[in-house]
Amino acid sequence: MSVESVFPRLEPLLPKVSKPVQYVGGELNATVKDWDAVEVRWALMYPDAYEVGVANQGIMILYEVLNERSDALAERTYSVWPDLEALMREHAVPQFTVDSHRPVGAFDVFGVSFATELGYTNLLTALDLAGIPLRARDRTGEHPVVLGGGHAAFNPEPIADFLDAVVLGDGEQAVGEITDIVRAWKADGRPGGRDELLTRLAETGNVYVPTFYDVSYLPGGGIDAVLPNRERIPERVSKRTTMDLDDWSYPKKPLVPLAESVHERMSVEIFRGCTRGCRFCQAGMITRPVRERSIEGIGNMVHNGLEATGFEEVGLLSLSSADHSEIGGITKELADRYEGTNTSLSLPSTRVDAFNVDLANELSRNGRRSGLTFAPEGGSERIRRVINKMASEEDLIRTVSTAYASGWLQVKLYFMCGLPTETDEDVLQIAHMAHEVIKAGREASGRKDIHCTISIGGFVPKPHTPFQWAAQTDPDTVDSRLRKLRAEINSDRRLGRNIGMRYHDGKPSFIEGLLSRGDRRIGRVIERVWLDGGRFDGWQERFSYQRWVDACAAELEPFGVSLDWYTTREREETEVLPWDHLDSGLDKEWLWADWQDSLEGNEQDDCRWTPCFDCGVCPSMDTDIQIGPSQSGPSGRTLLPISP
Amino acid sequence: MVGDHYSTPFPPGQGVELNRKDQPNPSRSPVAKLRLRYAKRGKLRFTSHRDIARAFERAVRKAHIPVAYSQGFSPHPKISWVGAAPTGVASEAEYVEIQVVERLRPERILEQLNDALPEGLDVREAVVAAGGSLPARIDASSWRLAVSGVAGAELSRAVAALLAVDHVEVDRMTKNGMRKLDVRPALVSAQVEAVREHSSEPTEPEETTVGEPYGILTLVVRQMTPTVRPDDVLSALGVVAGLVPPAPVTATRMAQGRLDDAGGLVDPLLEDRAAVPDGTAEERKPARNVVE
Repeated sequence: MSVESVFPRLEPLLPKVSKPVQYVGGELNATVKDWDAVEVRWALMYPDAYEVGVANQGIMILYEVLNERSDALAERTYSVWPDLEALMREHAVPQFTVDSHRPVGAFDVFGVSFATELGYTNLLTALDLAGIPLRARDRTGEHPVVLGGGHAAFNPEPIADFLDAVVLGDGEQAVGEITDIVRAWKADGRPGGRDELLTRLAETGNVYVPTFYDVSYLPGGGIDAVLPNRERIPERVSKRTTMDLDDWSYPKKPLVPLAESVHERMSVEIFRGCTRGCRFCQAGMITRPVRERSIEGIGNMVHNGLEATGFEEVGLLSLSSADHSEIGGITKELADRYEGTNTSLSLPSTRVDAFNVDLANELSRNGRRSGLTFAPEGGSERIRRVINKMASEEDLIRTVSTAYASGWLQVKLYFMCGLPTETDEDVLQIAHMAHEVIKAGREASGRKDIHCTISIGGFVPKPHTPFQWAAQTDPDTVDSRLRKLRAEINSDRRLGRNIGMRYHDGKPSFIEGLLSRGDRRIGRVIERVWLDGGRFDGWQERFSYQRWVDACAAELEPFGVSLDWYTTREREETEVLPWDHLDSGLDKEWLWADWQDSLEGNEQDDCRWTPCFDCGVCPSMDTDIQIGPSQSGPSGRTLLPISP
Repeated sequence: MVGDHYSTPFPPGQGVELNRKDQPNPSRSPVAKLRLRYAKRGKLRFTSHRDIARAFERAVRKAHIPVAYSQGFSPHPKISWVGAAPTGVASEAEYVEIQVVERLRPERILEQLNDALPEGLDVREAVVAAGGSLPARIDASSWRLAVSGVAGAELSRAVAALLAVDHVEVDRMTKNGMRKLDVRPALVSAQVEAVREHSSEPTEPEETTVGEPYGILTLVVRQMTPTVRPDDVLSALGVVAGLVPPAPVTATRMAQGRLDDAGGLVDPLLEDRAAVPDGTAEERKPARNVVE
């Protein structure tokens, strides 16, 4: 049975809303397949505004992987702004996909990718607009399977009540296996209804179905245990890891949005995973091991992507791009290939290392050198040892001087505030560093007009990291440290006038902390905030701290816990963490040991260049590091020449 | 926030932001200017002018059109726009000029661009410019308004009332707040071209039929400052005759050009077409015609 497009009902509303183009689809390289020609239909959502979501690499990959299958289709949907939400409610227009404007409720699977926890209220808006009951237990056979993914899904417990199923880790293969299971279940005549479908998904050990697990609590408020409540359900659920990235060269045809988006460029992921071991970095912990794309694979993706899109800029994407074992060859050869074509290449690179300046110089051979970014993350050497992001102040000064001397006029430095064991003094060191940067930069460049921007984010302890036990710093302390830092930067006007400082207040980070390490009791808080009008909480101007504080007070008090209990409380070694039954491969004992090392200021090396330190991922996930073809240095291979 | 790096591409300004522009290799000089008429249709009528400009620049690159670039540190493709229909308004007659560094058959460029543009942004015609200024050949537009839910007779009465007066002030939201705008001096003609009561078939696929009956209004509007738009004319029908369409009106620009004595529009590409009667003559055209 075919499903009608809602566009005729949506169209009259569009002239009344801001930026209507974000709701019409029609992007270059978008795919619209015949609804009736496939058996399994996916609606994929990034729960933020179109301008953010359309650029999301993960959604783009899964969209293409699914649409390449002959038995499946995938369409995309994004959060609608409150102006359109109000009109959709008034005119009974459901949440729709932008590809063919079909109602999300008509799909078999509604997959939502969470990069940040602050998108949780937007999930509820989408479910409600789609006519899907908010709570998984109220859904019937006529509703899609609501499936969560993305980094935040490594602790989905706060939204466990709203999700039917969760996939941890890489999605390329998982979406195919889920499609097979849904297809077989439909072909069998949907035996056992929704429950049986979810059971078939769960028994693979790779799909987490929250309702099949019961959580029991201790008198003090902590968790006693999380246990399967029926047969065929594994005790732990494992993350997925896609190996051999050259076999997965997606997106092959990146979407080219008509509306302006946050990235006006194409991205090519040059490797996945990171073993630098920065202790605050959830991405680096949950995406192990490092899997590099080959130099030829990268060359082909850049070429094919540009041919398919007409973009004029390519970003070489990864968690730490300069760490690719053949990055020197990659940058040189891409720079050679695209010389004189008005195609620019960028390397989002955040490590403090003079090598990064060389790479940036190579990519900007003939062009303007505007800005370079480094991420020391911590102001003092002591705190950098705590977070395992080692770079001495001399390294930084030398690196930045090299940058200014090579003609870069603007350097941006990223830091965090509120790190474990941090004192005012650690943060004030940032001012000292910035002053030294300007002094050294003036000397190295011979110019007065160089600039340095200090950009600071509040630290949020994340699950599956060594800091998962740490106390989060309260927002008043963070704000007070940042005020003192600003005063310290400006204490020397001669230097301070060349230093900019950018930071957000600590409150959104505090709520992000609540949602990151929350358990199932937080679901009620999210729902209350949403009912109270919470939307787009990741947007500063729409975020209301008071709304969250009030909802926590109302919903958590009956359980004897509180906002502070979830955030500023340091966890015990033996405490059952809400995500302990979800396996990222990291050994909990190793994480604890690394947390203790952190408190003692001990560093941890990178296993790409030193012996394995037994974090646990490779043996438990049956994976291995994939760098360079020989793993013993550069391959000597080059980009294949592309004939024009 | 650091954890976002993996799944979301990096925000602007983060990382090595640089443009490897070819300052030491100055762009080749343009040898010809192409004039294109394009349409924006259907769902893509909701694109803004900036959206269209971005899409065209990418299409030009994707199609490997040998576009000329400006000199300097931030070279830009030499693409110039002649006005733009407002966001939400469809058009069959928008114009853009592209300077190229190689001579190519315009028919081929039309085909290549259409392959590279999203459906709904459609190049309808491409000619080699034969000198002169394209904007100087445009001083008026004709519009077609599909007015759903208004009976033809009612629409005709309102139009007659509008044409009978010399001045009609309407309110228009501008960047500086509400402004008064006199619609009547810009309005050259207005006709209720076709009325199809109780029709369920829209005349164009992109037009909506929200409720019946259904009237079609054709306008010729002179370019003035400030610009009088189709919705201003609708507001004027409201002022003079109390006409308020119950559903959003779909407007389409049908043509642009210079007003002739009979109140019609002279096709702005007429002279270029006449100068190059077939696709081969351009090879002999001297370059003087194309340099601004």
